[in-house]
Amino acid sequence: MLLNLSTAVRDSAAFVSYVESASGQRISDCYQCGKCTAGCPVSFAMDLMPHQVIRLLQLGFRDEPLNSKTIWLCATCATCTTRCPRNVDLARLMDTLRNVARQEGRTGAGKDVALFNEVFLESVRRYGRAHELGIGLRHNLRTGRLLKDNDLARTWFLRGRLQVRPSKVREVAEIERIFGEIARMEDGE
Amino acid sequence: MRFSYYAGCSLHATAREFDLSTRALCSRLGIELAEIPDWSCCGATAAHSTSHLLGVALAVRNLALAEAQGRDDVLVPCAACYHRLVTAKKEMAENPRVREQVLKVVGHKFTGQVRVRSLLEVLAALDTEHLGSRVVRPLGDLRVACYYGCLLVKPPAVTGFDDPEHPQSMDRLVRITGAEPLDWDYKTECCGAALGVANEQVALKLVRDILEAALQAGADCLVCACPLCQSNLDARQSHVNRAYGTSLKLPVMYFTQLLGLAFGIGERELGLDTLFVDPRPALAYGSAKKA
Repeated sequence: MLLNLSTAVRDSAAFVSYVESASGQRISDCYQCGKCTAGCPVSFAMDLMPHQVIRLLQLGFRDEPLNSKTIWLCATCATCTTRCPRNVDLARLMDTLRNVARQEGRTGAGKDVALFNEVFLESVRRYGRAHELGIGLRHNLRTGRLLKDNDLARTWFLRGRLQVRPSKVREVAEIERIFGEIARMEDGE
Repeated sequence: MRFSYYAGCSLHATAREFDLSTRALCSRLGIELAEIPDWSCCGATAAHSTSHLLGVALAVRNLALAEAQGRDDVLVPCAACYHRLVTAKKEMAENPRVREQVLKVVGHKFTGQVRVRSLLEVLAALDTEHLGSRVVRPLGDLRVACYYGCLLVKPPAVTGFDDPEHPQSMDRLVRITGAEPLDWDYKTECCGAALGVANEQVALKLVRDILEAALQAGADCLVCACPLCQSNLDARQSHVNRAYGTSLKLPVMYFTQLLGLAFGIGERELGLDTLFVDPRPALAYGSAKKA
């Protein structure tokens, strides 16, 4: 099979320039010192090290970062951002990669995290607020781990720390409008 | 002092005692809190991980409502909410395209004049002698590991508060109570935040490392300023013990609870009876050592 190199280059250039404009970061600024990886608290569980994610972007690779577990394990602690000698906001870059991966339906490597984000936002969209109990139950139901954290929920409940019924904002239509209009804006991009 | 108050979702539920102790403390210090009318979720990690615009817009709705309230500053106890609100404010000031899109969907007037301040920042800025004069129950030589987590101090370009690697503000507040803040290495190491729900095995390793570092430094208890940190370090401590065969038992409180105790506020008013690892034996031990 012939590889259409010029298309591949064009696509990857477009991808990198999109990531740069959406994140406000200049990927070429990174000189691969590795400080981000050295300080990352979650690197032990990652398939790509943080500095490798940037290197792959510099080289125009698209699938490897977007399909990685790494982008879903990043907890946005911003240790990398804080320490980067080149002022690259890597935490923000990870956000952009998660945004793109979700838009393209590539959440397989982080499906539980993506699902958590989804059920969390369903709650916010419906009530205007996060209903912790409902989010936990839905996440358990959809991951099939029905009893996850039920010991914690029980203690929270007994100690009056579990809000059983969701609290709702008055102007819930306003929240729905924010979600709806942003989805339309992003679909139109 | 008068503030718009943004407690957020957790402080109305599993982090109720952070809200209770914040209100108790502020009322004693003459800090007036007016909750933002019809406040909504800041979006938390889920929103900014899903869509940058959504993350900013959900936060900005609350800032706009705070501006309409007519106060200059919003006070935010939760580190995660604080970080979202302060990030959104910065993004609105620096990114005209995002600003335009967000203003269109939020539908409220937003000038960007409102200041976002964390509770820790506000309390740490108070006069030390003034605070010291309030202490009626000195906490003996209780040894306290102050845990700041990530979002109050990182990245400094966003938070502009304290030192991102060696913060001291909470340590200074703890010292006022008579307790001894410890020098230790994990003050700003991440607890895993929402990974506790979605990827617990990863979070448990981080939690274990933090708790063990605190114990190794000789801590009788740990204090924090974030509902995610508190619930990971306290509630999930039993899960750490199950996963690693350890028998850790370190009380994890909000810094407001510790200050409140020293100010003579009752344990129930501070919600001290609702934590997973009961801090009361350690607190009694702390006072007993001095006596």
